[in-house]
Amino acid sequence: MSETIKFTIDGKECQGTKGQLLVDAAADNGVYIPVLCHMRDLIPAGSCRMCTVKVNGRNMAACTTPAEEGMAVENNTPEFLDIRKAIVEMLFVEGNHFCPACEKSGNCDLQALGYKYQMMVPRFPYAFERREIDATTPKIFLERNRCIFCKRCVRVIKDEEGRSIFAFKGRGTTLEINIDKKLAATMTDEMAQQAMDICPVGCILKKEIGFVTPIGQRKYDTMPIGSDIENNHQ
Amino acid sequence: MKEKIISIVEAHGSDASRLMDILLNVQSTFGHVSAEAVSLLATMLRISEVDVVQTLSFYHFFSTTAVGKYAVYMNNSVVSCMMGMKDVVDEFEKQTGVKFGNTTADGKIGLYYTACIGMNDQEPAALINGIVFNELNRQKVRDIVAGMKVGIPVQDMIAHYGDGNNANPLMKSMVHNNIRKTGAVVLSDYTLGIGIAKALTSDAKSVIKEMKESNLRGRGGAGFPTGMKWDFCSRESGVHYIICNADEGEPGTFKDRVLLTERAYMLFEGMTIGGFAIGAAEGILYLRHEYTYMKAYLENVLKDMRIKNFLGNNILGRGYNFDIRIQMGAGAYVCGEESALIESAEGKRGEPRNRPPFPVQKGYKGKPTVVNNVETFCSATRIIEKGAAWYNTLGTSESAGTKLLSISGDCKFPGVYEIEWGMSINAMLEMVGAENVQAVQVAGPSGICLPPNQFHRKIALEDLPTGGSMIVIGQQRDILKDVVLNFMEFFADESCGSCVTCRSFNMILRNAIEKVVAGHAIKKDVENMQAWSEILRKTTRCGLGQTSSNPISTTIKNFPELYDARVKDVDYQSDFDMEKSVKASCEVVGRSSEVHELAKVNIN
Ligand SMILES: Cc1cc2nc3c(=O)[nH]c(=O)nc-3n(C[C@H](O)[C@H](O)[C@H](O)COP(=O)(O)O)c2cc1C
Ligand code: SF4
Ligand code: SF4
Ligand code: SF4
Ligand code: FES
Ligand code: FES
Repeated sequence: MSETIKFTIDGKECQGTKGQLLVDAAADNGVYIPVLCHMRDLIPAGSCRMCTVKVNGRNMAACTTPAEEGMAVENNTPEFLDIRKAIVEMLFVEGNHFCPACEKSGNCDLQALGYKYQMMVPRFPYAFERREIDATTPKIFLERNRCIFCKRCVRVIKDEEGRSIFAFKGRGTTLEINIDKKLAATMTDEMAQQAMDICPVGCILKKEIGFVTPIGQRKYDTMPIGSDIENNHQ
Repeated sequence: MKEKIISIVEAHGSDASRLMDILLNVQSTFGHVSAEAVSLLATMLRISEVDVVQTLSFYHFFSTTAVGKYAVYMNNSVVSCMMGMKDVVDEFEKQTGVKFGNTTADGKIGLYYTACIGMNDQEPAALINGIVFNELNRQKVRDIVAGMKVGIPVQDMIAHYGDGNNANPLMKSMVHNNIRKTGAVVLSDYTLGIGIAKALTSDAKSVIKEMKESNLRGRGGAGFPTGMKWDFCSRESGVHYIICNADEGEPGTFKDRVLLTERAYMLFEGMTIGGFAIGAAEGILYLRHEYTYMKAYLENVLKDMRIKNFLGNNILGRGYNFDIRIQMGAGAYVCGEESALIESAEGKRGEPRNRPPFPVQKGYKGKPTVVNNVETFCSATRIIEKGAAWYNTLGTSESAGTKLLSISGDCKFPGVYEIEWGMSINAMLEMVGAENVQAVQVAGPSGICLPPNQFHRKIALEDLPTGGSMIVIGQQRDILKDVVLNFMEFFADESCGSCVTCRSFNMILRNAIEKVVAGHAIKKDVENMQAWSEILRKTTRCGLGQTSSNPISTTIKNFPELYDARVKDVDYQSDFDMEKSVKASCEVVGRSSEVHELAKVNIN
């Protein structure tokens, strides 16, 4: 049996199992810590920094930090609400997002977080970066203008031999998501769908079918992001 | 081409974790890594092409197009600029007829910029086909380019070799050591093997105990207690690795260069002692690409140590087996971060890992690994040789021992100094012959910009910690333009890009300081820079992002008058400069902007 531990988030008493990632342990206790790159049971990427919290006075990413006995975690403090809003704003100015024309609108985690943190006008200057769209593979559009570099596709989508279909290219501001032309040609419809589903934004889109669910009836059109976690434990 | 690539891959055991060496080999053989090569490598290594590209595209010294038969990489870091890089660049462009960033039409000469190459004490310096050319000036550039035009091999363009081992037949380099002050530990006289012999006749536990008692703290910048690191690692089970961090990428540091040149035996001895202490059979020296010129010499030192049985099987007949291989880098500052270094040594892009697990738990190939700086290992050799008690007689109560400083910039005697911890900045400035000092950049771009009213402070882990970079900035310099902007450009280029905040903020902050320098900023911009620096510091994975706003935040704090002088106290100020834009667009279409300027004069 794994060891049970106790910790607090913003004063609320929580329980978890030792070694469990803080972000998951929080969710199990009905506390939503926002994430963009994290997915349960996947090796953490720790790249979006949305889940930054303070643990015993130190800033940590909740998706890479194991829960420990006696931790005092600060989550929804004005400091972190502002930092998270800033990160969302930053992603909007870094890429090129035109939500009304985006297939992911309403299902998009970034957009939903924009609403949650009530982003109006980003405080940062727009980067107006030029990013190339890749529509050359049979099943997928890669709409790089919307990529937030969460590495979910890199971590999840592999061919039968375990080779990566998606990978990073470049570094710093030249960073881009790259798709392997040869391996992508062997992707099944299910893989393409999975890739689209795990992409938190509208960067990976499956070709041919679109807008099956009308905008207005999508995931976050009916419930704010994180409310599933928060409503689970009242 | 195909046969050659196949033989390169096979020489590395068709092992994808050796992708760095394979790409370096392909790059140096063909002058670039073509799409065809990528495809072949992917097939042979059984990885996808995007995984090859992921590594290939990360490092500065790999390229997918030909870099030119002679590839010039000009250092454009702060001190190079201070020492006259502009003239050198101008002369290169004049003589070759191309601008930096391009190759001549005949594919012969390519001109590129690169970050600090570890030669700040002999700037302006450039790497040409991996060979260092220091103290460049217009005349030297004319001679070099003339030589290139008639096809003289780069090696033959070296007129004089430097001092010490720089002149070794395996090094043949024009680099100077510039050792200005020797101290009691790493730069004093030394005989190979006393430390190893002592360690091997005692046991691993005693070595760790001695290291703990010495109070040695890591010399790479973070200052983590070395004995404790070895202890943690030794407690883990299974295979262990020991790695020396010779990435020396912090602009302004070059002391590891001197140790690698003059104290290679001491370094390898320290790694062997460390390996014995933690139970490793394999060590890796991760050597920055800029120091490729030392590789043959260092390989030979390893060979000599094997012959003398300080490395290899059954070392000194004590039953300990240990060997060291050299892993070359390919140009990426972030690879100095220990977990990024490990990723790189595994053939991947140099992206820092999330912690936990720490390298001492899961490091190279997932095994417990100790990573230490060059100077740390050298110090360890002396500590085991002479004892922890001796070591503690040096330095201050909280910082034992000596520290190598790399001092450059506006001073008479730039070079390497071995000082005892505890020296004040004032004393340091006197030592290096610096007058009219406006500021000292302590610990490189990621450190602090120190004003004169703090020059009484001490160089010590408890006051002014440093990995050794000290840049003296004279009164004649424009700190915001010459220093801060240059540093921010460096960080924006060197961020690995994984963290949203580090990737974007460094660029945003770079643009913000440029706006200040251009005189377009208002007070609110400076407040924003401060607030944004804070967010960046709090939300990144590794030390790069945690410190990369320091050039801005420490100058706002210590030199507010520099900002006040450039910033307007108004609510709104356009970033748009009509004159500049007209000039730029005239340049693009090749028309003189004179008419516009005349018109302006008339209006005035
Ligand atoms: C961006 C970055 C660059 C670094 N570069 C170096 C380097 O060039 N050399 C080095 O020894 N340590 C460097 N470090 C520190 C290493 O991560 C690590 O702390 C050090 O190698 C440990 O050795 P030590 O304890 O002997 O100092 C760097 C850290 C960061 C965050
Ligand atoms: S990816 Fe999300 S935020 Fe970006 S345009 Fe689409 S819906 Fe909007
Ligand atoms: S394509 Fe989508 S899943 Fe992949 S890194 Fe970009 S945002 Fe993440
Ligand atoms: S802080 Fe910067 S360099 Fe470090 S991991 Fe994040 S993006 Fe990469
Ligand atoms: S969810 Fe933790 S960094 Fe992205
Ligand atoms: S113009 Fe704003 S979304 Fe179309």
